[in-house]
Amino acid sequence: MAHQPIDTFASCLKPETQAAVYDGSKKGHEKRTKVLFDNYANPDDLRKLAGNIKQHVVENLDTYLPKAEEALTRNGIKVHWASTAESACNHVLDIMRARNATRIVKAKTMVSEEIELEAFLHKHKIECLETDLGEFIVQLDHDKPSHIVKPIIHKSRKEIAELFEKNGLGDYNDEPQVITRRAREHLRKKYLEGDVAITGANFVVAESGRIVVVTNEGNSRFCLAATSCHIAIVGIEKLLPRDRDLALLLNLLGRSGTGQELTVYTEFISGSKLSTQPDGPQEMHVIFVDNGRTDVLASDCKEILRCIRCGACLNVCPVYRQASGHAYRSVYPGPVGAVLSPLLLGKNFPLKADLPKASSLCGACNEVCPVDIPIPDLLLRLRSKAKDEGIASPGTPPMGGWAVMASQPAAWKVALTTGKLINFVPTKLLPIPALRAWEKTRDLPAWRGGAFRSWYKNRKS
Amino acid sequence: MATCLCDAFYDDVAIATVQVLEYLGCEVVFPESQTCCGQPAFNGGDWEASRKVVRHTVKTFAEDIPVIVPSGSCAGMLFHGAQLEFEKEPDKESVNALGKKTWEVADFIVHGLNKTKWEGSFNAKIAFHKSCHTRGTKTAEASLQLLKSISGLSVVEIGEAEQCCGFGGTFSVSFPAISSSMGELKLEHVREKNPDLLVSADMSCMMHLCGLASHEQKPIKAMHVVQILRDALKNSGLIK
Repeated sequence: MAHQPIDTFASCLKPETQAAVYDGSKKGHEKRTKVLFDNYANPDDLRKLAGNIKQHVVENLDTYLPKAEEALTRNGIKVHWASTAESACNHVLDIMRARNATRIVKAKTMVSEEIELEAFLHKHKIECLETDLGEFIVQLDHDKPSHIVKPIIHKSRKEIAELFEKNGLGDYNDEPQVITRRAREHLRKKYLEGDVAITGANFVVAESGRIVVVTNEGNSRFCLAATSCHIAIVGIEKLLPRDRDLALLLNLLGRSGTGQELTVYTEFISGSKLSTQPDGPQEMHVIFVDNGRTDVLASDCKEILRCIRCGACLNVCPVYRQASGHAYRSVYPGPVGAVLSPLLLGKNFPLKADLPKASSLCGACNEVCPVDIPIPDLLLRLRSKAKDEGIASPGTPPMGGWAVMASQPAAWKVALTTGKLINFVPTKLLPIPALRAWEKTRDLPAWRGGAFRSWYKNRKS
Repeated sequence: MATCLCDAFYDDVAIATVQVLEYLGCEVVFPESQTCCGQPAFNGGDWEASRKVVRHTVKTFAEDIPVIVPSGSCAGMLFHGAQLEFEKEPDKESVNALGKKTWEVADFIVHGLNKTKWEGSFNAKIAFHKSCHTRGTKTAEASLQLLKSISGLSVVEIGEAEQCCGFGGTFSVSFPAISSSMGELKLEHVREKNPDLLVSADMSCMMHLCGLASHEQKPIKAMHVVQILRDALKNSGLIK
C-alpha cells in the first residue's frame, strides 16, 4: 500500500539524524514545561489571553497595519509593502542599489527563508551572510533549516565539526565552545565589512512603531552596530496593538521557544540611530510581507496567523520528532507548518495537501501553543478541503462504503458478522490494503462482532 | 453508545459499561440501530461521509437521556468533532444537542452522578494511559480518581504521559512507520515501570499498543477503566 510522503521520509531518515531531532525536541519541550509551570500558577490562562490578543490583531489587521505604518513613519522608518515574495525581494534589492551596497549581514528571520531572499540576492551578486550560529552552519553546508527556532536541530556535533574543518575554520574539534568561538571569530570581521543589516521582527507594535527582535547570541546587535542601514522584513501578522502587550507575549515567547524566562537579548528598536548614539544605522526600512497571508485571513484557518514562531508545537509533536523538519518540504515544518505551509501556497495548495495528514490529531500542539491555536481543528479543515478538491491521499482508506454501512443498521449487522473472516482467513488474501498496513507491525485482536449485542439480547429475555 | 470498536472487538468493555451503570442504579438502553460516531471519515477528511454517519447517530440517540460512551475519543467526536463538521449545516443544532448530552463513562460517574469513590477491590499495579482525545476534558482526572480509590490498586506514572500512542485512526495505516515508532516509544515507557496492566479510557489506543506488543511476541495486558471498576465490584461480591 502507498504510504504518505512524510512517512516514507521518516522511515528513510538516518538513525543519527532521527536521534538528534528526537533528543533536541524532547529536551526543548521539557525545558518549556518546567519553566512555565515553575513560574506561573496557571500558564494556560496566559496562553488563552495571548491567543485572544493575537486573534484580535489578526481580525483587525485593516486597522492595525495603517496604524503601524503611521507610527513607524513617525519614527523615521520607511515602510514598504510586499504582496508577494518577489516584490519583497525586489524591495531589498532596490534599497541595496540605491546605496550602492553589496554586502548584507543578516540575523535570523524565517520570513526571509520564506521569500528565498538569499538565492535571489545571490543572483544579483549581493552577498548575504547569516550571523545566527545555526543559520550560519546551514548556509555553510548549503542545507536548509529544519526547525523554526533551532535550525540545525538535525545536525550532530560531529557533522558540524567536519563542516568547519572542510571550510577552513580550524582542525576537527566537536566541542560546542570551540565551534562557537570559531564561528564568532570568523563573523566578527564580517560584521565590519557589512553595508546593510537585515533582521526580522518578533513583534511590531502598532501604537508606538517599535519593533522587537529577540536573539540569544546578540548577533542582531552586532549587525546593527556595524552597518549604516537596517532592513526589517516582517510578516503582516506580526503586529501587536500596544507596547504593554509585549509583557505577556515576550514572557510566553522565551519560555515556549527555548525554555528561557527571557531570551538573552531583547531589542526594542524605534528607528534609526539618534544623534547621541555613536553607532547604528542612519537609515531604517520595514518591509511588510503578505505573500499569501491575506488569503489565509480569508480562509477558515485564520487562527494560524496568531503564530509567534516559538517552535513549541514542533518540540512536542511525536510526528515531527520521528520525521524531522525536512520531511515537511517547507520553511515552516511541524504542526504549525502542516497548516501554514500548504495555505501559503494559495492555488498550489495541492502540492502540500499531504502535510495536514501528518498528524495523529493528538492535540499536544494545541496544548503547548502560547497563543492557543486550535491546530488539530485546522488540520482537519485542511483534510476536508483536500478531499473536497479531489486531491488523492495515498494510504488513506476510502470512506464512502463505510459511510453507507454505518448509516444503515442492517448492513452494519451483516458487516459485524462477516468481519469474523479475519479470524480465519490469512489477511494477505483479503483485498484490504489498510489491514495489511496494520498487520505489518501489529496484530489484530480477535473479531467478536455482534458478541455484545447477543449478550445484551440474551440477558433481557 | 457501545462504539464500533467494542461492537467489533471489545464486547466485554461494552458489557462492563452496562454492568457498572446498572450497579449505580441507572437504567441502560442500547439502541440497536447504532453503528459508529463518524470519526474515521471525519479524521480522514471525508466530511460528507462522516456527516452521513453522524446524522444516523443523531437519529439513533434522539431520546432525551444522557448518552454514555466508553471511549474518550468517540465522546470527543460527538461533543467537538461533529460540531466542527456541521458548522455550516442546517441541522447543526441537533448535532450540538447530541454533543451536550454525551458523556465519557468515567466523567459521567464522577461529574454526572457525583460518585467519587469506588467500592470493591482489585489487586494490581496499573499504568494509566491518558488518551489524547481526553485532553481538555475531565475524563483522565475522573478515571484516576476512581481507580486510585479502589482497594488494592496502585497507579504508577509513566514517562512522557502527554505523548500519543501513535494510533490516530486512519493515521495508523497511512503513516504505518511513524505510527509504529510512536507506539514503541509508549511501550518502552510502560515496560520501564513494569505494571501488571495498562489501563485507558480508549480501547483504540490499547488495540494499537497491544497489537504492537503481541506482534513482537512481548504481549502486554490492557483493560478499559470500566472493566476494572466492574471487576473490583465482582471481586468483592458486590455484583455477580
